Amino acid sequence: MRDDEARIVACIPSLRRYARGLTGDPHRADDLVQDTLERAWSRYSRWQRRGDLRAWMFGIMHNRYIDGLRASARRAEDSPPEGLPEVPVRASQADGLEMRDLDRCLQALPPEQRTVLLLIGVEELSYQQTAQALDVPLGTVMSRLSRARERLAALMQGREPVNRLQRVK
Amino acid sequence: MNDPRIRPVPAPGAPIAEADLHAYADGCLPAARRTEVETFLASHPQDRARVETWQAQRRALHALLDPVLDEPLPLRLPLRPPPRRMPWRALAAAAAAAVVSAGAAWLARGELDARRALAAQSQAAAVPHYAQRAAVAYAVYAPDRGRPVEVPGSQEQSLVAWLTRRLGAPVRAPSLGAVGYELVGGRLLPGGAGPVALFMYGAPDGRRLTLYVTREATGGDAAFRFTREGPVNVFYWVEGPFGYALSGAVSREELQRVSQEVYRQLSPG
Repeated sequence: MRDDEARIVACIPSLRRYARGLTGDPHRADDLVQDTLERAWSRYSRWQRRGDLRAWMFGIMHNRYIDGLRASARRAEDSPPEGLPEVPVRASQADGLEMRDLDRCLQALPPEQRTVLLLIGVEELSYQQTAQALDVPLGTVMSRLSRARERLAALMQGREPVNRLQRVK
Repeated sequence: MNDPRIRPVPAPGAPIAEADLHAYADGCLPAARRTEVETFLASHPQDRARVETWQAQRRALHALLDPVLDEPLPLRLPLRPPPRRMPWRALAAAAAAAVVSAGAAWLARGELDARRALAAQSQAAAVPHYAQRAAVAYAVYAPDRGRPVEVPGSQEQSLVAWLTRRLGAPVRAPSLGAVGYELVGGRLLPGGAGPVALFMYGAPDGRRLTLYVTREATGGDAAFRFTREGPVNVFYWVEGPFGYALSGAVSREELQRVSQEVYRQLSPG
């Protein structure tokens, strides 16, 4: 059991990195990590080495994230349709303009594309592990990955406006 | 694998599919297939440009997000499963009960008797009120996982400036990283007659210590003294204008080790 605990703790830095990319905000990211860990600790006796631990942890985080999006979508029904993002857009670790730009474009991707892009491109999960974490077929992972990469390229080259976020003047 | 278009291990000689290009960019093709894709890309510049764009995206995302890996983990993240019996809450309840009973005794028997009782706990002298208040402050705030402090340690400068202004003398938060504790943050508390500063420190395993800083300690005695209030151990001493009390539900030896470091940093010269 001690081994499993150590393996869960060892996942935390990459969970934080993934959450930062997913939310684009350090505080929201750590809220998500905290939520995920609490869930993981209360359930890991049931995990019992069935399947890949990282995929399992990222799967928990994905579910918590989606639940959070649904909750904020419900709250958003009461707010103006063209409202500002809840948190100011800002770079996480980045100070260069390019980094800020990348962060902004990343946040402009639809969540399901951002998820796949980060799990595969940054967290180095295999396509199969990604499918397991997101609980979708492998073909869905591949088509989301493909769309995410095309969309990010278009956003970065300015072929497509970043319209989900307000530009700060 | 349930999708026939995806071949995690593509058959050699099979036509190159977009899935192969992504797998190539992600470095997860077997060597034989990788060679086939490289041959294909050599004669398809448009596809090669796409693959290079994807690889550049991977590098850029790593550059953006990898610094997160090197950040210290925030204290609020649970690093182990929660114990079944919630010892922190039990501890706080026990400490609070001890304090309440001490207070009741004081009311029932009068100050003189209470002082005798307190003197019995510490053979050297009666435990000053500030040391007891420090133990209560520990019992109230240290178990609080949600909001243990008013100002987080990340804003140490403004925290120290604020407490200095309120206490009217330069307060300092010692840096205890070398002895295994990081500043969680601090808050202002009411003392017996005015404001008191409380700094909270945390260890990676979740243990916490509080440093209580007051101007209400009298007597220029700089000796190190020890007292115990229920499960909370306290070292306290007077230095310059301040009385200090370091409290924690840790062993006396551990508390003494940290107290010596605090004392070393806060004593002049």
